[in-house]
Amino acid sequence: MSILVFIDQSEGQIKKASYEAAYYGAQVASLLGTEAHAIVLGEAKEDLSILGNYGIKKVHHFSKSELNQFDAQVYSAILSDACKSLNTSVVIFSNNTIGKAVAPRLSVKLKAGLVSGAVALPELSNGFVVKKSVFSGKAFTYVSIQSNIKIISLNSNAFSIVKSTEIAEVVNFESAFPNTHINVVSTNKVTGEVPLAEADIVISGGRGLKGPENWGLVTELATLLGAATACSRPVADIHWRPHHEHVGQTGLAIAPNLYFAIGISGAIQHLAGVNRSKTIVVINKDPEAPFFKAADYGIVGDAFEVMPKIIDAVKKLKSQS
Amino acid sequence: MKILVCISKTPDTTAKIAFADNNTKFVTEGVQWIINPYDEWYALVKAIELKEADPSITIHLVNVGGADAEPIIRKALALGGDEAIRINAESNDSYYVAAQIAAVAKETNYDLIFTGKETIDYNGSSIGAMISEFLDQPFISHATAFSTEGSTAIITREIDGGEETDKINFPLIVSCQKGMAEQRIPNMKGIMSARTKPLKVVEPITIESLTSVVAFELPPAKAGVKLVDADNPAELVRLLHEEAKAI
Ligand SMILES: Cc1cc2nc3c(=O)[nH]c(=O)nc-3n(C[C@H](O)[C@H](O)[C@H](O)COP(=O)(O)OP(=O)(O)OC[C@H]3O[C@@H](n4cnc5c(N)ncnc54)[C@H](O)[C@@H]3O)c2cc1C
Ligand SMILES: Nc1ncnc2c1ncn2[C@@H]1O[C@H](COP(=O)(O)O)[C@@H](O)[C@H]1O
Repeated sequence: MSILVFIDQSEGQIKKASYEAAYYGAQVASLLGTEAHAIVLGEAKEDLSILGNYGIKKVHHFSKSELNQFDAQVYSAILSDACKSLNTSVVIFSNNTIGKAVAPRLSVKLKAGLVSGAVALPELSNGFVVKKSVFSGKAFTYVSIQSNIKIISLNSNAFSIVKSTEIAEVVNFESAFPNTHINVVSTNKVTGEVPLAEADIVISGGRGLKGPENWGLVTELATLLGAATACSRPVADIHWRPHHEHVGQTGLAIAPNLYFAIGISGAIQHLAGVNRSKTIVVINKDPEAPFFKAADYGIVGDAFEVMPKIIDAVKKLKSQS
Repeated sequence: MKILVCISKTPDTTAKIAFADNNTKFVTEGVQWIINPYDEWYALVKAIELKEADPSITIHLVNVGGADAEPIIRKALALGGDEAIRINAESNDSYYVAAQIAAVAKETNYDLIFTGKETIDYNGSSIGAMISEFLDQPFISHATAFSTEGSTAIITREIDGGEETDKINFPLIVSCQKGMAEQRIPNMKGIMSARTKPLKVVEPITIESLTSVVAFELPPAKAGVKLVDADNPAELVRLLHEEAKAI
């Protein structure tokens, strides 16, 4: 019996979400009195032994250039073989676009119950019960997995990491795999920006900012804090900002350490995507804006007057530290 | 070409989320039920757009649910589905639901199956991929654009931190999100014709569930907002640094 963590590096490097999954997997392993292993598909761009820092004992590396390109059908076939040969009892994924495509396929292959969007370690006092986020962040549910093999995909930023200096053993892994049916025509990566789904700090703007020409107030603060930028749905719909910045019930759901909302009313559908954030700051000129009820800190004021002062204060803080 | 669109029923986005019976039941009183927005706005409308461009296309709808799902199925027919199948079962287990849809899909050999990116209540984001595995077909998730070229689909999908465009032969399964199409409102003609469109009810196949919901929980209430004076935004920065340790 062992735990297997899927480490996704298909898009250039190991992501923060994968380190979180590794650490989570190690915690699950210690709960179950076993070891956490990791699996990496495709040629490595990094030293995989550092996964030991996150509690992984052994990394199974299938280094083949055909696997550099992600295909859920191919990956799930290999992972299924790996789980069988490693006698895996629990498989851990990150609940990102890749995890969402592979974990369910593996669930069918292995007849392994899947809980996606987990936010805590499994509870073992009464079966195997995993807490997950539901109703787009407005509630949680506890889901019991009844199958022998269990699959969990972990929400990003749900679990904080404690690193060690341990090093993992890296071994080769091989198995047969089907040919891909997907022919990739082009990829278009947003470069130089902090990926929204993984960001620690997110600065977000709403219709209260009046127009795209005023977004400097958002981006300047974001740059200062190393933050990602986001927006409300109407802002993306009227093309003030790109669609991938849209957060909320019908956009991306995020859970950063700090969510900073400027000129956003805080409609229920917006809150649904951001209310798992640890600290929420709201800048709004309307004291009745519903967002204040969900906020930790707030300023009732005009963003055009308040924001430049906040930016100055952050600059001052940064220059002191 | 035959397209199957998977339609699920979810509470309206403004529905009050509350639980009863010791947090084991979602309170449905006063809840308005809608077609899951991703299924309606993106998956279904995209299928309708494809049919508008090529009238030889047929669009089937499938729902796994009880009789109370019929109003939303009729609405989907009013928007533009040709016929619907309701698999008469209630379940929260993604594996069970996907197996039911796959069983129905196997009978008709669809060229294309559309699902939404996720349901806004369970947020599983898994049923589309599971159907693909049951059918052993390719799956493209989080599609933002879709077009066809003969027997090939050209699909743009979201990847973490960007986009990718793929070419892929039918049959396949695609999960749809924003960008695929624009929300529509059913017109009178659609509403009238939906009344007589076939809505077939079939019984589920026997298959086990792998998971079950044990209980719900609401997030802890916020302690209340700490307001900082608009004349002193530096105080906010100090609090975020020293108290919240967020910057
Ligand atoms: C099914 C459905 C799904 C939806 N999904 C989403 C979703 O995923 N994400 C989402 O965001 N929305 C979503 N919405 C839309 C949502 O209901 C709101 O309409 C939207 O969030 C409002 O955006 P906003 O706060 O930017 O704009 P507004 O509601 O127009 O609010 C602007 C705010 O800015 C404030 N303001 C104005 N001027 C200033 C100033 N100078 N300084 C400071 N503050 C100022 C105003 O007081 C106001 O509170 C959805 C709606 C539906 C029906
Ligand atoms: N009960 C259901 N009946 C038909 N389709 C469903 C059902 N549940 C989910 N789906 C489809 O699967 C998608 C993903 O659902 P989920 O995996 O639950 O987030 C939805 O957007 C629907 O298209």
